[in-house]
Amino acid sequence: MVNAWEVASIVAVVAGVVGFFTVLRGSAFVAHAVPNGSFAGAAGASLLGISTLFGLGVFSLVGALSIGVMGRRGRRDAVTALALVTMLGLGGLFLSFTTQYAAETYSLLFGEVLGVSTNELIPTAALAALCVVAVAVLYRRMMLSSVLTEVGEARGISAFGVELLFLAVVALASTMTVPVVGTLLIFSLMIGPPAAARSLVSRPAQAMWLSVALALLTVWTAIAASYATNYPVGFFVGTVSAALYAVGRGFAGWRSGGGLVSATTAAAGA
Amino acid sequence: MTGAPAADEREAVLEVQGVDVHLGNRQVLSDVSFTVGANDFTGLIGANGAGKTTLMRVILGLQPPSSGRVRISGREGRHRSTIGYVPQKFVFDPDMPLRARDLVALGIDAQRWGIALPSRSRRERVEAMLAAVNGLQFADTRIGRLSGGEQQRVLIAHALISEPTLLLLDEPLANLDPASTQEVVSLLAKIAAEQNIAVLISAHEMNPLLPVLDRIIYVAAGRAASGRTDEVVRADVLSKLYGDHVDVLHVHGRVLVVTGAGEGLDLHGHEGAITDGEVLR
Repeated sequence: MVNAWEVASIVAVVAGVVGFFTVLRGSAFVAHAVPNGSFAGAAGASLLGISTLFGLGVFSLVGALSIGVMGRRGRRDAVTALALVTMLGLGGLFLSFTTQYAAETYSLLFGEVLGVSTNELIPTAALAALCVVAVAVLYRRMMLSSVLTEVGEARGISAFGVELLFLAVVALASTMTVPVVGTLLIFSLMIGPPAAARSLVSRPAQAMWLSVALALLTVWTAIAASYATNYPVGFFVGTVSAALYAVGRGFAGWRSGGGLVSATTAAAGA
Repeated sequence: MTGAPAADEREAVLEVQGVDVHLGNRQVLSDVSFTVGANDFTGLIGANGAGKTTLMRVILGLQPPSSGRVRISGREGRHRSTIGYVPQKFVFDPDMPLRARDLVALGIDAQRWGIALPSRSRRERVEAMLAAVNGLQFADTRIGRLSGGEQQRVLIAHALISEPTLLLLDEPLANLDPASTQEVVSLLAKIAAEQNIAVLISAHEMNPLLPVLDRIIYVAAGRAASGRTDEVVRADVLSKLYGDHVDVLHVHGRVLVVTGAGEGLDLHGHEGAITDGEVLR
C-alpha cells in the first residue's frame, strides 16, 4: 500500500508535467496511442521472460518516433492510428502465445497499482526524473515551437526536432506509468488534469503546477476509494479525471460569465 | 516620398542578390535583388501568389535559394537573432494558458535551453515593449482571447523585444478591418522611427502603407523591382516587370495597378474586385 502511494504519486507528477505540453500541442491522440501500443512490448517481454519495463520502453520509443518521422509530411492522426493498430495487433499475437492470458492482459490494460513491488520503485523514480528534467531543458523551445511554429523555425528551433523530443518524452512517461496505471488509464491522467488546469489559470507555469496537483489529487482519491470499496483503481482514475475537467470548465465558464460562449466567438474570429 | 538617398549608399541591413528559388519544377523567384538600408520602412508589394512569402522565407533562412545570396548586416549565413519576424498565419487556442505578456517574454530568449526564471528586469522589458505597442491594457489576457489586431500587436512586441535590426512582417494587414489596419500601420511607423530599426512589410494592398513607406519592392511573376515608391509604381516599370501592359491609376489619392488589359481587368493595390465603372467613377 505504501509503495502504491509512492509510485502512483511519481506517476501523477510526470503525467501532470508531460500532459501540460500534450494538451498545449494538441497531441492527446498520440498520448493515447503510444501507451496503448506499448502494451505489445510488455506482452512480448513477458513472453521472452525479460523485463516488462524494457519491452514497454522499446515499443513506446519505436512507436512514438515512427509517428514523428512518418507524420512529418501529411496527416499525423492517420499515422498515429496506423502505428497504434500495428502495435495492438502485435500485442494480440504475443498474448496468444502466453499461458497467463487473462491476468496478464488485465494488469497491462488497467494497471496494478496496489500490487507494485519495491523493486519497481527505483526504475520508476529514475524514469520520472529523466522526464521532468527533459521537459525543463526543452521548456522554452517547446513552448515557442508549440505556440508559434514558424517563428520558432525562424529562430533556429526545428519544429521536427521538438516534435521528436516531445514524442520521446511521451514514450518515457508511458514506459514508467503503464505498469502502474495501465495502458488505458495513463491517457486519462495525462489529459484530464492538464486540461482542467488550463481552464482555471491563465499563466503557463501556474497551469503546469496545477496540472501536477490535480493529477496527484486524482490518483490519491482513486487509490483511497479503491481501497475502501474494492472497485478497480482504474475506474476511479478515469472518472475523477473527467470530473475534474468538467468542474474546471464549469468554473471557468461561471467566472468569466459565459466563458464557453466567449471562447467560441474568439475561436471563430481568429 | 522622402528624399532619402538610395539604400545601397548607406549601411545595408539586408542585401538580396540574384536570388532564384525553384519549388519542384516551378520557378517561384528569378533573379531577385534589392537592398534594405538601416531604418528603411520598405513595402514588399505584390498580388497573392507572387512569391512574397517565399522571399520572406529565403530571408529568414527557412528556404535555401537555388542560387544567389542573402546578406544580413553584411554577413552571409543565418543570423536569426538580428531579425524579428511576424508570421502571416497564426491561430491561438482561446483556452491556451498563455497571456499576452507571456508570449512577449518568449521573444526575449525562447531559442535557449532551460527555464527562464522570472526577474524584475525581464518583467520591465516586457512591460516596456507592451507599452510601445499600446498593449498594456490586455497584458494579462490570454492571447487566444484577444482580437486579431490585438494579437498582431502582441506578435510585433514579441518580435521586437530581442532588439533586432530588421523586422519582417508577412501580410500583417491581411485580415484586419480598416480601423485596425490604420492602427497597426501608424504603430509600425512610430516603432520604426523610435526603435531605430528597418522594417520590411509584405502586403497585397499597398494603399494603407503608402503614407509611411520609404521604399518599395514590387514582386510580380517571380521578379522584383525596387526603389522609392514613385520610382517603382509607374506604368513603364511595372509593365516591364509583368511582361505585359500595365496601367497605374491615381484615383482619389489611391494608387491602382491595372494588369491583364487584354482579358478581364485585374486590379492590384486594391482590396477586392472592382468593375470598370467603379474605377472611372
